Formats: sequence, C-alpha cells, structure tokens
Amino acid sequence: MRAVNHTMRNRAKLTGWLFIAAAVLMICLFYFYPMIQALLLSFKTGAGANLQFDGLSNYKRLFSDKTFFTAVKNTFLFLIVQVPVMIVLAMIISVLLNDSKLRFKGFFRTAIFLPCVTSLVAYSVVFKYLFGNDGLVNLALMNMHILSEPIQWISHPVWAKVTIIIAITWRWTGYNMIFFLSSLQNIDNSIYEAAKIDGASGPRQFFSITVPLLKPIILFTSITSTIGTLQLFDEIMNITKGGPGNATLSISQYIYNLSFKYTPDFGYAATVSYSIVVMIIILSFLQIKLAGDDK
Amino acid sequence: MKTFRRSFIYIFLSVVALISIFPFIWMIISATNLSVDVTQGRMLPGTHLFDNIRKLTEQINLVQALWNTLKIALTTTVLALVIASLAGYGFEIYRSKAKDIVFNLLLLSMMIPFAALMVPLYQMFSKLSATAPLIGVNTMAAVILPTFTTAFLIFFFRQSSKMFPKELLEAGRMDGLSELGLFFRIYMPTMKTTYSAAAIITFMSSWNNYLWPLIVLQTPEKRTIPLLISNLGSSYTPDFGVIMAAVVISTLPTALVFFLMQKQFVAGMVGSVK
Repeated sequence: MRAVNHTMRNRAKLTGWLFIAAAVLMICLFYFYPMIQALLLSFKTGAGANLQFDGLSNYKRLFSDKTFFTAVKNTFLFLIVQVPVMIVLAMIISVLLNDSKLRFKGFFRTAIFLPCVTSLVAYSVVFKYLFGNDGLVNLALMNMHILSEPIQWISHPVWAKVTIIIAITWRWTGYNMIFFLSSLQNIDNSIYEAAKIDGASGPRQFFSITVPLLKPIILFTSITSTIGTLQLFDEIMNITKGGPGNATLSISQYIYNLSFKYTPDFGYAATVSYSIVVMIIILSFLQIKLAGDDK
Repeated sequence: MKTFRRSFIYIFLSVVALISIFPFIWMIISATNLSVDVTQGRMLPGTHLFDNIRKLTEQINLVQALWNTLKIALTTTVLALVIASLAGYGFEIYRSKAKDIVFNLLLLSMMIPFAALMVPLYQMFSKLSATAPLIGVNTMAAVILPTFTTAFLIFFFRQSSKMFPKELLEAGRMDGLSELGLFFRIYMPTMKTTYSAAAIITFMSSWNNYLWPLIVLQTPEKRTIPLLISNLGSSYTPDFGVIMAAVVISTLPTALVFFLMQKQFVAGMVGSVK
C-alpha cells in the first residue's frame, strides 16, 4: 500500500514537471542560452563572423565611447521625464474613471486605451508626420496664434526629444491605466465610507488610502515601463532615426547600428547590450527597495 | 462647488480622450485624401481611399505581407497559449519548492532586454540556415520560435490558475480522467476569459513585432506589415495619403480583435492582476 502511494506520488510529481517542460526548454534555449552567448561574445572582437577572444578590450572601448554615453544619457532622460509623468497621469485618470457616478465611463476607458491597439511602427509613422515641420501640430498651433513660426519638432535636438516623449506617453498611458483600474476595483468601498465619516477630504483620501493601496501596481507599472524605456527602439527608428546628430539615439538603436548597419561588430554590440542588462537589474532592484522601505 | 468639480473632471477626461483618439481620426481621414490635401491640413474625408490603396498595392505586395503577418501571428498565438497555459497550470497545480525556484528563474528572463539577445539569436539562426534551411534566417519559423514562449504569459496563466476551483480536478480524477485529460477537458473550458485575454495580448504583440523580423527577414516577399510601413515611412518624397492608407490597413486587424474581444479582455486582465 505504502509502495503504491509512493509511486503514485512520484508519478504526480513527474506529471507536474512534464507540464512545464516545454516552456522551460524554450526559455532556456531562446533567453538564457543566447544570454550566455552574448557574454562570451562581449570578450571577442572582429568584423562579421571572424571573431577572436580579445580579453577586456571591448569593455575598455565602452568606457571611452562618446556615442555610447550619448545614447545612455538620452535613454535616461526619456526615462526620468516620461515614466513618472505617465504613471501619475495613468493613476489620476484611473481614479477619475473609478468614480461610480461618472457617466460615459465605457467610452472614456475605451478611448484612452485605444492607442494600445496600434503597432509601435504605425503610430510612430503617424506621429512623424503630425509633428513634421509643416505637419498638423504646427499648422494648428499657428492657426490658433499660439506659435508665430513652426517648431522644428523632428530636426531640433531638444524638440526631437520632446516629440519622442509625447509619442511614448500617448501610446502607453492607457495601457498602464488598465492595471490601475483593475486594482482600484478591488479596493473595498467601505474604507472610503469610513474615511468620509472621519471627515477626510478627497485629496486626503487619495494620498492616505488610494496611493498606499496602489503601491504594488505603481511598482509593477514603473518597473515594466522602465524596462520598456531602456529598450526603446521602434519609435526612435521610425520618428527620428536617432537624429538630429545623435540627439535621440537610444541604447537599443546603437546596438542595432553596431550589429546590422555599420560594419558588423557583434562582439562590441554584445558588450553594449550587457550595459542594458546591468542597468535593468540595478534599476529594478532600486525600485523594489524604494517601494519596500518607505513603509 | 460640486458641479464645478464635476464639469472639470468631464472636461479633463474629454480632452484626454480626444488626444487619444485624434491620431486615429487623422490617419483615417488622411487615408481618403490626396497627399497635397494632407499637408494642407484638410480635416474632411475625401474620395481617394481606393486610389490610395491601388497606388499602395502597386508599390508593395500588400496581400503577401498581410498573409505573412497573419500566418506568423496566428501560429505564435496558438503555440504560445498551449505552452504557457500548460506551464502556468503545472506550476500552480503541481506546486513544489523545486518548481517555485524554476518559476522564479523563468521570471528573470523578463528582465533580459531583447537588445542583448538579438545578436546571439541572429548568429544561431544563421548557423541553422546551412543545416536546417526551414528554420534558418529568412523563414517564418525563425520569427516565431524565439518569440512565442514568454515568462509573462506563464506568469499570467499561473496567476489565473490560483482562482481555478481545484475541487473540479478532484471530481474529474474520480471520474477517471487522466492528468492531461483534466487539463484539456476541465481546465481549458473553464478558463476561457484567461485564454481570450492571453490570445489578444499575444496576437497583438506578434502582429506588431518589428525589431526581430527586421533582423531575421531579409527578402521583400517574406516581410511583415510593420516592416513595410516602416519602409514607406522612410521615403524622401512621402505620399501621405498612400502611407496613411497602409497604416490604417495594418491597424485594422488588431483594432478589430480588440473590439470584438474587449469584454473578455478586461475580465481576463482583472482576473490575473489580482
């Protein structure tokens, strides 16, 4: 009897492993194995397929590479300006939409989520023309006499960055809003009733009840947005191509250029790509730490 | 005071909604107009939609590209749903310490940026081109293989499995169903909303995928819609009407999938984020 039970339990264990086997295999094969390959590559130099081990020379090159630092600076600027703006905006919108007395809720929610159905390439192309020198945005602003002459949205180093930030915010705010909304719907209404009886004002309720309860979602959305921004590619490639100069070059686009646009240098490209890995690990760790500490 | 605040909320939300919708309105209107009308800021629908589509099909093989993208997106979605739901179910139902460790390791793959993978993956598929030309560079398989298993989707299914009534499984076992039978006959039909939400997410991201296909698909007849849109957008003398027609056509399938399945999507998302 005992032996039978034992084999049954072993079989159940084995079945469990069989259910997850395919997924584990695929992730090892297409994430972890290439990851190790990239690490090995980062110690090799050479053009195209002719690669030789060359110690730390790629890493030395990295620290004196001005283009790399420009790309890092750009990417962090996008990160520091765009992610907080977007998260706060998504949170405000979701709190407003969560009001049970609000009308046309379905319409507002669908409209604000709509940007998420476009491909990054499609919306980038649309934004490129909306913000062109003689694009609709300039035309409208000039007709309304807000501007006297067109802004060089795409071809001025500062405005090009602004255009990219506006574009990403347009595309992703609704996406983040959905996470806030679904988590707001799980908050028990009686907490707010109690707060109202205690005489807490709307803003007071927002900061002392809503924000603390939303903390896990704030952490989740800020980590995924950070990872997304550090990987920024499609918009840059299709709106500004990294220009003017290198004013909007992102790290991902630099890696793409090193591998597939200039003379292919896979070894150095892998080195640059590891810098993103390190940044993602450090930033995610910091965000988790920050969220855990200010309790 | 109260009505003042109310109207402020409505105005704010309306402005946000308008900004969200406006690019869609503009691209649809522009798709029906001539390039010159678009640059002059014409905001009324024109009569040139079919001309624009005809000109577009003269420049590129639109049908071929749509077909390529659809094949890739559908295959990816089916494979992704099967593999990820099996895994999510396996991790939750046959839970053990060792599996929890494996699960956490898989989650780490979400932190790996694609930029770090693209060069080794490209090398991997280039090497395969010689020995296994059917899955080497410039094939549909090369686009699909590295993208269909994601830790996010496994996580998504595992979270939803937490709410799955486990008594159903016991009842099924009593009735003599095998472990796989339980999964296909009981779990799958019960978790329809989760599958719908996962299908929308996967279909959309596969349909819209750009960077990996850009690297791995090299000949024009293999290319997907985002690659063609990107190419049209980079020409020096853009025909705005034609480009916007292409953008509208490329956006229609994902918009349609979203609108048809919106209810299940929201239900599925809510279920798994809890």
